[in-house]
Amino acid sequence: MSKQYKVVHCTVNGKEIEQIVDVRESLTDMLRNDLRLTSVKKGCEVGECGACTVIINGEGFNSCIYLAVWAEGKEIWTLEGLTGPGGELSDIQQAFVDEGAIQCGFCTPGFIMTSWEIVNSGKEYTDDELRKALSGHLCRCTGYENIFRAVKKTMLRHLGKYEEAELVNSQGITEYPEPMPFK
Amino acid sequence: MSNKYIGQSVTRLDARDKAMGRIKYTDDMCDKGALVIRVLHSTVANGIVKKIDTEEAEKIPGVVRVFTCFDLEEKHYYPTAGHPWSTDPAHQDIADRLIMTDRPLFYGDDIGAVVAEDEVAAAQAIRVLEKSVEYEELPFVLDAQEAMKEGAPQLHEKYPNNVLAHTEIHMGSVEEAIKEPGLTKVEGWYETQPVQHCHIENFICYAYGEGDRTVVVTSTQIPHIVRRVIGQALGMDWGKFRVIKPYVGGGFGNKQDVLYEPLCAWISIQLGGRLVKLDVPREDTFISNRIRHAIRYHITSWMRPDGSFAARTIKAWCNNGAYSSHGHAIAAKGLNAFPQLYPCDNIDGETWTVYTNRSVAGAMRGYGMPQASYAFECHAEDCARAMKMDPLEFRRKNLMPVGYYHAFSKNELYSDTFNQCFDKGAEIIGYYDKVKKYKNQTGDIRRGIAVSTFWYNTAVYPIALETSSCRIVMNQDGSVQFQLGETEIGQGADTAAAQMIAEELSIPVSMVHPVSCQDTDITPFGTGVYASRGTYTLGFSVRQTAMLLKEKILEAAHQFTRMPVYNLDLIDGKIVRTTDGRELMSIGDLALSKLYTTDGSQHLTAESTYQIKSNAYSFGCCFAEVEVDIPMCRVRLLNIVNVHDCGQVINPLLASGQVHGGQSMGIGYALSEKLMWDEKTGRPLNNNLLDYKLSSFMDHPRLNAAFVENYEPTSAYGTKGLGEPPACPVAPAIRNAIGAATGLYINELPLSPHTLFREFSDAGLINDPWRKEEQGKEGR
Amino acid sequence: MYDMKALYEAESVQDAVRLRLEHPDAQILAGGSDVLVQIREGRRAGAEFISIYMLDELRGVSIDEEENIRIGSLTSFSHITKDPIIQKYINVLGEAVDMVGGPQIRAIGTIGGNTCNGVTSADSASTLMAWDAVIELTGSEGTRRVPIKDFYIKAKVVDIRPDEIQTAILIPKESYENCFGHYIKYSMRNALDIATTGCSVNAVLSDDKKRFERVRIGYGVASPIPIRAYSAEEFIKGKEINEENIKEFALTVLQDVNPRDSWRAGKALRQHISVVMAERALKECVKLAGGEADE
Repeated sequence: MSKQYKVVHCTVNGKEIEQIVDVRESLTDMLRNDLRLTSVKKGCEVGECGACTVIINGEGFNSCIYLAVWAEGKEIWTLEGLTGPGGELSDIQQAFVDEGAIQCGFCTPGFIMTSWEIVNSGKEYTDDELRKALSGHLCRCTGYENIFRAVKKTMLRHLGKYEEAELVNSQGITEYPEPMPFK
Repeated sequence: MSNKYIGQSVTRLDARDKAMGRIKYTDDMCDKGALVIRVLHSTVANGIVKKIDTEEAEKIPGVVRVFTCFDLEEKHYYPTAGHPWSTDPAHQDIADRLIMTDRPLFYGDDIGAVVAEDEVAAAQAIRVLEKSVEYEELPFVLDAQEAMKEGAPQLHEKYPNNVLAHTEIHMGSVEEAIKEPGLTKVEGWYETQPVQHCHIENFICYAYGEGDRTVVVTSTQIPHIVRRVIGQALGMDWGKFRVIKPYVGGGFGNKQDVLYEPLCAWISIQLGGRLVKLDVPREDTFISNRIRHAIRYHITSWMRPDGSFAARTIKAWCNNGAYSSHGHAIAAKGLNAFPQLYPCDNIDGETWTVYTNRSVAGAMRGYGMPQASYAFECHAEDCARAMKMDPLEFRRKNLMPVGYYHAFSKNELYSDTFNQCFDKGAEIIGYYDKVKKYKNQTGDIRRGIAVSTFWYNTAVYPIALETSSCRIVMNQDGSVQFQLGETEIGQGADTAAAQMIAEELSIPVSMVHPVSCQDTDITPFGTGVYASRGTYTLGFSVRQTAMLLKEKILEAAHQFTRMPVYNLDLIDGKIVRTTDGRELMSIGDLALSKLYTTDGSQHLTAESTYQIKSNAYSFGCCFAEVEVDIPMCRVRLLNIVNVHDCGQVINPLLASGQVHGGQSMGIGYALSEKLMWDEKTGRPLNNNLLDYKLSSFMDHPRLNAAFVENYEPTSAYGTKGLGEPPACPVAPAIRNAIGAATGLYINELPLSPHTLFREFSDAGLINDPWRKEEQGKEGR
Repeated sequence: MYDMKALYEAESVQDAVRLRLEHPDAQILAGGSDVLVQIREGRRAGAEFISIYMLDELRGVSIDEEENIRIGSLTSFSHITKDPIIQKYINVLGEAVDMVGGPQIRAIGTIGGNTCNGVTSADSASTLMAWDAVIELTGSEGTRRVPIKDFYIKAKVVDIRPDEIQTAILIPKESYENCFGHYIKYSMRNALDIATTGCSVNAVLSDDKKRFERVRIGYGVASPIPIRAYSAEEFIKGKEINEENIKEFALTVLQDVNPRDSWRAGKALRQHISVVMAERALKECVKLAGGEADE
């Protein structure tokens, strides 16, 4: 069997590219190996851990279960694309740094990409909606607590709610007045 | 001591690079041209490999070589535990492993390896090879107590009845003590399950030749130990190997074992030093790395009417899987903790570490204490209930008292830690109010709140060597690099060490740079990070080395200031004359002058080793509040609070992060995680992140971490262990809270819907009219 | 990298049909969230694949001239959930597919793939069963329509002919009119999971909201393929809305629900949960429809 190749045209981190790929490659393979965008991490390769998440046409995808040939015509962002030309961190990256949302850092790139999508959506998520929106990522270091805080704060700041954002600091005890049957 | 940098929430030094995605982990550093190794795993749980036909696999395009267990010319059995080596053979880890074996002892044992140009060819070859192995299948055993029975399959010749080790403790006389009239007896079996570390970066390593040596780059917690073990496994001089540890995507103890570095190095050598990469797929990580021991406890207590203990017994069976790894250390830790946490004059205890045909158990966050804490704290709750005492008051009464001294470890409880932690946690979560509020509930949805505590100590003294080495090198501008054997694996060791050095040298943290990636050719010897010892042990060598450097700095300052050293100090980056407080020169000017002076040029550096001969108790507690939906057999964790006394907190933000991570692991341990094997074949059933239920973002409430800071007097910076303790008390707190809600105190983990359904049915909380016969209760 | 012998990329539906005929052994690849994983597992390794993922003509939700809701087969779960037509007429479907895996899986996973893989645990399947969805298939001789209950043949086998691909899923007007539904996914964690069992109920109430005019209930993982609990539906039809009837309805599902014992969950647990879900989901439907069902 001879190998099958294809030229893929797409935009990665704002730059138009043409890349020859083996059609068997996943988008993770293309980004990591061909384009050397190593922020895209491999944690499970079956779409369970979320470490390889990239933004495709405005939506977060697990690049491990996305064929590289499907990138044709798409606009793709990886974590490398969020940092400014002078090394400036975007606000969501900075929030991850400031809030202690990073430990080993392996899940971080994927988490930041999904968070970037959330904070740029212009939508105010409830706490439960935030958890759900972030639930495609597994993290074994942080218990998600500081990630939650980083995303919520940045989301509120994007909405101009600076004072509310500052109040997100306290962990505190949550009161649940009503029982919450599973349904 | 007033601190400027210690105790501050300094941002992790690597956070910015990690947020940019430019930190390099092992795979990111490996050249694209590397050949790919895939390990051929046994598909029988116990057996003998008779033959492996490699012909067909070798024909697959892209396959470079197939190695099998029969290619090993010499058999060098080696130990894998990330323990410091001992020159005393009696204290050495059991050497029972081969890099490939023809005598597989568990489903997933390593019997061969494929080297290929790409992962597809490697996977194709593995699939072909799996069908080309001829086994003589042998009966297998998965349960520890079953494995000890006469006639059970034997795994290792030298260990009859599969008992790797058996130890006992005896204090006073239980036999006499229980004759006391009026005693209440409480007895229980407590069963914990095997779980896996699930660091998001799988284990990975690569190897290549350099000169007449082999370089191994590996995702490990213990680079210097890895180098020694590669040497042992290959029967070669240890200096023939250079081990490099890049940034690590989590370890949690799994990477405190030597995993595939020896095999990878051996294959590179067979291929003349070619670059070969062994990237363990997630599915294999669950099977052929390490897991946490399932330990079964049996505890009996005899209580006096006042709620004190008259006598206690404990037995524990620790399922070690097929190879020794950390051996008896994990079971022994639990057994030795038992008489310390709730002291009693009359105690009998024994524990067995048992080989079974399951995946190998090793170190995992808590080192036996999550299991022991579950047993101890379920039992404490049961004792309190039997005595009709408030569970918190019961603990206050019976826990290790202030001033308690443990002769072997020389540990002492210096402060009223337990009560302080309880008070703080109870206040944060509103414990006493909620206990009242949640009394006598009925209905389908009920809530409960409860507490648990745990025993932990900080390092491995006096059981094993404790040594830490540090090197600090000053630059021309007065900034420094430092190197330590204690590895950064995500926990923040580099940042904590930098804060200590900044404190000692009185320079800003921004002038202190970790050389984060250990290289055994460059990094001073250190055994790595484990046992929650990092911050404690590195503190000694960091402080000693920084003091040495400071001495040299002040001596140099004498040369340029003409002032006597005893009138000089280093304050805020300046050489200061202490007699009048005048700043004489900056540290940068000094470093520059000293290096380039034509009169006695010197590069200001210091290096030292500190052997630690102390240890420290590190205690705390967990409060959990749950809501149980009885018909749905589901638990929702509403609130959780951990309070820890880890002494002086070096960095509150990072310390909280450690607590959150431990809580999170505890939540999964309590409610959902469990590795399973097929009883008929010994095959792992759920070795992937879909079927193995690591708790997700939506399974977590907000996590609360609080601290009580009692300065640890034995420590260089008043600090003590925090890495593992937060994972220990969570599961029993959740179990006790479910008990408070439903009246059912369940003695096994996880408390998943499967377990709850069975228990609720047995107890009549669930009545399915169509099920005529009650489900047979499993277990003992 | 995936072990594929060859990858044929369809450029249109007609091209896909041609490729199907040209490469009879090739398997269809839609979003790939199941298929690619199965290649990795070895189950589909080394096979030929026809990718239809790039066929944007198969994306989107509309109302056709017969007033059916028409969901293009490649519409992703996330787009179904966000779609205004879905939200207006059959919100439960949007809610159900919003419980698949995690957000990234919902971005790639397609409703066509979710039904064509013939898996009983698919989160969309029980709802589509419960709403009498119709499957549209396109082949060399044009399109044909199959009621979803006939589309599922047995576990992992559906009624797709060698020259066909699934092009749409339709919800007929008589199915969605005045109908309110609720889906409960029972799984071991709240995200990134497959259903241990799933239950989708919908109800049309009488004008006075006192009686059940029509109730339909579908299950996943209650049998090798998604099923309806017709006995329970029959029982509740026309009955008064009260606790007793709802409880009886829930118990009656066991006449049709026949889950299996596996290491993932025992039969007894699945049966028990099926009953609890039926009760709770029906009560939710009553609420959504403006009726009253006391807890």
